[in-house]
Formats: sequence, structure tokens, C-alpha cells
Amino acid sequence: MFLDRFWANTINGLSYGSIYALVALGYTLVYGVLQLINFAHSEIFVIGVFGVYFTFLALGFQPGQTPNVPLAGIIANLVLAGAVGMILAGVAAVILERVAYRPLRKRNAPRLAFLITAIGASFVIQQIFRITRGSNPEGTIRLLPPEPLFRIFGAPVTNLQVIIILAALALFVIADSFVNRTRLGRGVRAVAQDPATATLMGVNRERVIMITFLLGGLLAGAAALFYLMTIPQGAVFNGGFLLGIKAFAAAVLGGIGNLRGALLGGLILGIAENYGQSLFGGDWRDVVAFVLLVGVLMFRPTGILGESLGKARV
Amino acid sequence: MTTTEARLSSSGPKQSRRAELSRWWNARSRPQQWGLLVPVAALIYLLPVLNPPIITTEPATSFPIALFNAAVFALIAIGLNVVIGQAGLLDLGYVGFFAIGAYTAALLSSPDSELGVRFPWLVIVPIAMVVTMISGVILGTPTLRLRGDYLAIVTLGFGEIVRLLADNIDPLRGNRGFQDIARPGGAYSDGTPIFTQNDAQGFYWLAVTIVIIILLFMGNLERSRVGRAWIAVREDEDAAELTGVPTYRFKIWAFAIGAAVGGLSGTLFAAQVGFVNNQRFDVTTSILYLAAVVLGGQGNKIGVVVGAFLVSYIPDRFQFEPEYRFLVFGLALIVLMIFRPQGLLGMRQHLLTFGRQAYQKLFGAGTGVAPTSLTPATRPAGEPPEAVPDDRSGSRPEGGGE
Repeated sequence: MFLDRFWANTINGLSYGSIYALVALGYTLVYGVLQLINFAHSEIFVIGVFGVYFTFLALGFQPGQTPNVPLAGIIANLVLAGAVGMILAGVAAVILERVAYRPLRKRNAPRLAFLITAIGASFVIQQIFRITRGSNPEGTIRLLPPEPLFRIFGAPVTNLQVIIILAALALFVIADSFVNRTRLGRGVRAVAQDPATATLMGVNRERVIMITFLLGGLLAGAAALFYLMTIPQGAVFNGGFLLGIKAFAAAVLGGIGNLRGALLGGLILGIAENYGQSLFGGDWRDVVAFVLLVGVLMFRPTGILGESLGKARV
Repeated sequence: MTTTEARLSSSGPKQSRRAELSRWWNARSRPQQWGLLVPVAALIYLLPVLNPPIITTEPATSFPIALFNAAVFALIAIGLNVVIGQAGLLDLGYVGFFAIGAYTAALLSSPDSELGVRFPWLVIVPIAMVVTMISGVILGTPTLRLRGDYLAIVTLGFGEIVRLLADNIDPLRGNRGFQDIARPGGAYSDGTPIFTQNDAQGFYWLAVTIVIIILLFMGNLERSRVGRAWIAVREDEDAAELTGVPTYRFKIWAFAIGAAVGGLSGTLFAAQVGFVNNQRFDVTTSILYLAAVVLGGQGNKIGVVVGAFLVSYIPDRFQFEPEYRFLVFGLALIVLMIFRPQGLLGMRQHLLTFGRQAYQKLFGAGTGVAPTSLTPATRPAGEPPEAVPDDRSGSRPEGGGE
């Protein structure tokens, strides 16, 4: 049974893992720069999910029916919804930073205070959605029904999986080269390595922090689009919670603060989860993810690739 | 000397009245303190009988039940405070220990359990505490080597795993749960049992008694070598390790003791409700526990009791819509961290580590006078410097300690 579905699980795991990786990048960027677990990042993701969902609604799509639109139109709609989700999530992340974290930084608050503020912010955002939209998931809107495109070792690969994996990889490459190759990215790395020295060298620390949150939010918004494209459950107020924990686990798994680590960790976690589900049954899916996290941290406390956003790469 | 002075004067004008009160309190002798505490305790015991009109939660919620829930919450907060406040380890999965305690009670006494045993409650309590303690050690052994932030996420995962196990393992009965869990025995003189589900008064008294016992126990623990080691770990783990504190071992101890208290509160809860299923142990509950500890002031065991009381009592009293409850707590956490990151009742003075005698030597026993600064004149004359127990932080009041 497990061996029969090995390749199908691998491919499915890669597409789930891409979503984890995109969210994990947000955790890793913020952690690299501020040494802060941005607990509310999962809610930034949920804001993205609702942004995409409402864009679908505004474009005239309804839950439950497959739209009769030509392929080009569907792609245009998807891109538009994704862009809205990304912008909303990015702006929300920046606002969160302004409202919740910056006052603490000004006061030199202890690190635990940041984490607790993050938890509080996460509660607030969740409850706003819960109060306004209720606690039942919204209906699923499928713009693109899954169709097998080709087979790898007998396992069908659907169009959705191809789109998600490729788009996530592309976004990762963009984010990675932004951090590693541009001038702003050099600022991000400098602040991650040594905030005081970076400030003395003329890096605007506040701006770097803002960019970091913005970038993380944009990636979470993109993940939100892919999430709504594949995951059977629709947008719901607490939909980000488990995904957020897993994405953070992925970031830690690969080595937090390390962009490539986040990608690797996300993919590994996605695949391991699907193998676990196939071996032990669907109920154990989430348990596998956490056991894997604890297991890896026991043997490699800094994650698979180590923590390295700050390490200078010329 | 400079360090001590700086710490004492750093409290600022806002806190000075409270600091004065706390100094006045610390300058009392033990019998005097007890003399003041006993009436307060008696009042707390009498609350459900008095049922004071403004404070009561009736008719919406039975007042004894609301009080019992608050007392259990306080017990949980005391246990979590050991982990977060004393040792400085952020545990986001504490509800897991509460669940393990409740489930142990259910498995050992419910007729629905496949074990087929019906132990009395008093037998269950030590077993449940040992089981949760062991689970605390099992969780702690691999994870406490990790840095603080990782610990937070791993404990969060642990809390989820416990809940998922309760969902998925068949003998744990998932949503159906366990009925008819053992209660403590005992009856009033007219033959009606003290501990019943509908009348939580007996349970409230039991819970308050346990809270007081645990508070005394924790107070002693704080002043012992273990407590000093925890504070050292919390303040600076590397420095503690270098001065010879076996930090890893003491962190495990903090986890185990915190877990045992969590398990105890779980059995208490299970006994009162008489029913356990998988619905009450989600991570949001864990976060509420954290909110109680942070709200009250981590590290201050009286503070966390107050915090827990507020978190549990206010929704009962004011009948929040349940959804607004979390929104309010979220906002409260954010605002609190900005304006008062140490909580409502912040950490007690650092001099706690010196022990009580040292404190009285510094400020003069029984005078109630709060010296504004530590000048040699305030020290009792003829006291040899050795009388102050040596501490490792180097802030001896005799000067030149640094």
C-alpha cells in the first residue's frame, strides 16, 4: 500500500511542502532579522486566504460550481486574486509590525514580551475573522479543477501540483536573490548579522525590518492562493494555526534564519507528512510532523542546513 | 552595593508604594504574617457560603462552580509559573499535562475504561502526578537542550500531540469520553456527600486547600537551592552554567514539577466534572493559561493566582460572548506587554534569593521602615558581614562585592 502510492505521495508532499515553504520563509526572514518568532504570521497567512477568497467572490465566482471560463481567463483571475492576497498579507504584516512590535522595540522589552504580543496579535486577528465570518469554513471555490497532466513512475501529476511547485520555486528564487543579490537584501543580511554595526554603517534598521515583514507577508499571500487552490477545506478563521505551526516547524527543521533551509524544511515536512499519512492513516498526519521536528532537533539543534541568514555571502 | 541600590531604586515612582508595602510586609515576623493571612484565607474559604451580591456570578453560573474553576485555574497557573516564571522556559503545551492528569484519572476510575479498575480518587492523585511528571521528563529530556524559542514551538507541538492522541487512540474514546470518574469520598453529618457534581462547594474547599499547600511548597522550593538555580537559569543561562549550576538538570526539574502540578489540577477537574473527553484540551486553552501567568506577573506566585482568578472569573461574572473573550485577551496581552511587560504584579524583588533573614538584616526586622537607600547606617550595628548568606550574583550589600 505504502510502496504503491510512494510516488503519488512524494508528489503530493512536494506540493503541500511548497506551501509550507512559502509560509516558512516569512518566519525565517523575521527570525533572522529580529530573533523573534512571529507567532502572528499564520494569521497574516489567513488574511491572505480571505483576501484571495473575497477576490474570487468579487470576480463573480461562487462556491461549488466550476466556472465556464477559458483557460487564459482563469489564469488571469488566479493571478489577480493572488496579487490581492499578497498585497493584503504584506500590508497586514507591516501594520502588525508597526502596531505591535515597534512599540516594544522602542522600550527595549524582553524577548518573552515580543512572543506574548505576537500570541495576542494572533488571537485578535483570528477572532476578528471569527466574529465577522463565523466559525464555519467558507465554501470552496475551485477555479481550476485538477486534471492529470503526465505520469512519473506511474503516479499521475495534476496541473495544480505542477503550477504550485513551479510557482513556489520561482517565488523562492526571487526572494533568495532579493536577499542575496540586491542592495536592500544586503541591508537585511547586515542587520541579521549585527544590528548595531549595520546601523553604524548606514543601514536603516527600521526600514530593513519593514521590508522583512513585507516580504514575508507577500510570500504568505502567495501561499494563501495555492492553499485555496488545493486544500479541500475553504477559508476559515483558524485555518492558519496548524499550518503556521507546521511552517514554523519546517523553518526550524531546515535551520531557522536560513532561506534555503526553509525551502528544504518545507518540502521535507510535506513529504514526510504524506508518507506518515500513508503508513499510519490520516489521523496521524499531524503527529508525524511534530515527531519529525522533535527528532531532527535532537540530533541537529540548529536544523539541517544551520542558521545562516546573517552569514555574509559575497 | 551599587547593584543592590540600583535594583531597589530602579522600581521608579509608580511602583514605590507597592514596593513600600512589600517591604513593610517582609519586615513583619512570621507569626505576624500568619496572623494577617489566616483571616484572608478564612474569607476565601467562606466565599461560596457568603455569596456576596456584587461578586457573585449567579444566576448565570453557579457561584461555587465558578469559584472552583477559578481555583483550578490558579493551581494550573502556579504550576505553569514554575516553568515560565521561575525557570524562564516558555511552555506553550501545558494543557497537555492537564490532559494527561485528567485522562489518568479517567482511565483508572471510569467504568468506561478498558483497564477495568476503579481506584478511589486519593489513590489516583499520586499516580496521576507521577505519570505527568514522567511525561514532563520525557518531553523535557530531548527538548530542554534546545534554545528558548525552539522550546516554545516544540511544547506547542507536544500539546497538539496529546490532543491528537486523545482523538485517535481508540481506548481513549475520543469524543465519547469517560463517564463517572471517581470523586473524593466523605459526607456531611446529615449523610449527604460533600463532593458532588452539582454542588461544587466541597470541591472548592478542596481546591483552595490544595492551592494553599502547593503555594507553601513552592515558597519553600523558591528559597531552596533549586529555586536559586532556576532564577540563575532564567536570568542568564550561560553564566549559571559557568558558575557550576547544572542547568539542564534543573530545567528538567522545573518541567517535571510544573507537569506534576498540571496533572494534579487535571485530576481535580476530572473529579468535579466527572466526565473527560477530548474537547477541552486545545492549544487555545494553553494560551489562556499563559495569559493568566503573564497577566498576573510571571515569577510572582501570588500574582499568577490573581491573574488566573481574573482570567477565569471575569468571563463568568460578566457573561462575555465566548468569542469576545479571546479577542479581549488578545488585546489585553498586547496592551499589557506595551505598558506593563512584567504583569500586574511584577516579579518580586531580586533580594528573594538572599532569603528572608538576609532581607531582614538589610532592612531591619519589625521596623516597617523602608529605607530609601542602603547606607551603612541602616544596617544593624555590630553585624558581621558574614551574616548575610553568600550569593553568587556578587551584589553583597557590604560593598566591593562586584
